[in-house]
Amino acid sequence: MSDAMPMFELQSVNKWYSPSFQVLKNCCLTVGKGEVVVVCGPSGSGKSTLIKCMNALEAVTDGRILVAGAEVTTPKADLPALRARVGMVFQSFELFSHMTILENLCIGQEKVLGRSREAAIAKANLLLERVGIAGQAGKYPGQLSGGQQQRVAIARALAMDPVAMLFDEPTSALDPEMINEVLDVMVSLAQEGMTMVVVTHEMGFARKVADRIVFMDAGEIVEVAPSETFFAAPQTDRARAFLSKILPH
Amino acid sequence: MKGWNWQGFFEYLTNTYLFEGALVTLGLTAFSMTAGLILGFFIAVLRMSRFRILSTIASLYIWLFRGTPLLVQLIIIYTGLPQVGIKLSVIQSTLLGLALCEAAYLSEIVRAGITSVPRGQVNAARAIGMREAQIMRYVIMPQALRLIIPPLGNSVNSVLKTTSIASIISMEELLRRTQVLIQEKFLVLELFVVAAIYYLIMTTAWEFVQRRIEARLGKAYGQSAMTGL
Repeated sequence: MSDAMPMFELQSVNKWYSPSFQVLKNCCLTVGKGEVVVVCGPSGSGKSTLIKCMNALEAVTDGRILVAGAEVTTPKADLPALRARVGMVFQSFELFSHMTILENLCIGQEKVLGRSREAAIAKANLLLERVGIAGQAGKYPGQLSGGQQQRVAIARALAMDPVAMLFDEPTSALDPEMINEVLDVMVSLAQEGMTMVVVTHEMGFARKVADRIVFMDAGEIVEVAPSETFFAAPQTDRARAFLSKILPH
Repeated sequence: MKGWNWQGFFEYLTNTYLFEGALVTLGLTAFSMTAGLILGFFIAVLRMSRFRILSTIASLYIWLFRGTPLLVQLIIIYTGLPQVGIKLSVIQSTLLGLALCEAAYLSEIVRAGITSVPRGQVNAARAIGMREAQIMRYVIMPQALRLIIPPLGNSVNSVLKTTSIASIISMEELLRRTQVLIQEKFLVLELFVVAAIYYLIMTTAWEFVQRRIEARLGKAYGQSAMTGL
């Protein structure tokens, strides 16, 4: 993969949930390697659907999506192999509830990447330390706080050595006092050069680390702008209205 | 009136002929649960298939075998099928009938367990690149098992007793052997009570086993999982 090749490329992506409900309307977006893109917009604007399509967890109706040059929207695509390269973090963590924290981090490494048990455990412990969860490896997800679970979920995704990370409202299900511990991990990832697409309402995070902001409304990408531009001078009325609602006065 | 014959009662309570019959009952139960579960798993998967034709076939199967008595199914298999050239022995007919019938019931239990696993768990497994068969094996089934085990235990109890129906096609399990002895000795009440006691011993013993399995299962998921995910 050359540096010039975009990490994600969305070409005229449309998606209908039913003939009368179009959730994505002609979405076009290119995310470069190492770029951090924050996707924001009102509830129901299609942000989560868009990001799930980028990992082929949801099918598009038409249009193309390429991840590091490989098309995920063709029937011929080997989706498991393509998904293994992109890490994904969900709003509700989705740690495997019947496995310990350590097993959560090892299962993909062993069963998908074919790593040895020892190599998987070593990598898992390294990542758990990195996200500040060392010492909890033997516990079950239900025994950890939400913030801890989400950090484990990030570590589980990183254990697969992804070329990019997708975050689908990673802090929306957290108690307020736990949001920062998760954002801190994400900030450090961004600073290390990880390509990230983040759906979030955390505008502080967006200001701090996002290279560009994608603003969506009613299934459309309404505005794509560098972070400073977007916050200082949004170009569209819809973006202005949205910002005035969610930013502190 | 003959009255109750204690001597005959105790004699048959410790009779090896009946004891072997009870072992056959246990064997039939173990077989129908195992075969029924394997077959039931595939029927459950078919039933949930995206392809209409496959799910319809599974639904028809379940409808047919749950909608007719096992007694009728066994008679059709053993007595009826030879008419069209399919001759099965007593034991073949019994095993086939029990497995086919149990599969219909167990597939619904398996399906309920599988559908109880939150969709997000499947997405998370897909997101790390697991293939559908791996997701079923490592993510869905272990979690579904938590829900499947209790009703499965109840099925074992039920099948233990249901196997007695095979006596009608002269399968030599506990009830059939009891009837054979009755025809020789005429100790009707004593022998049927002995049979009942055997069944009680087996279902009670299973209840203990089931409780231990459930307790272990509950422990394996940490505290919070006990209060339901």
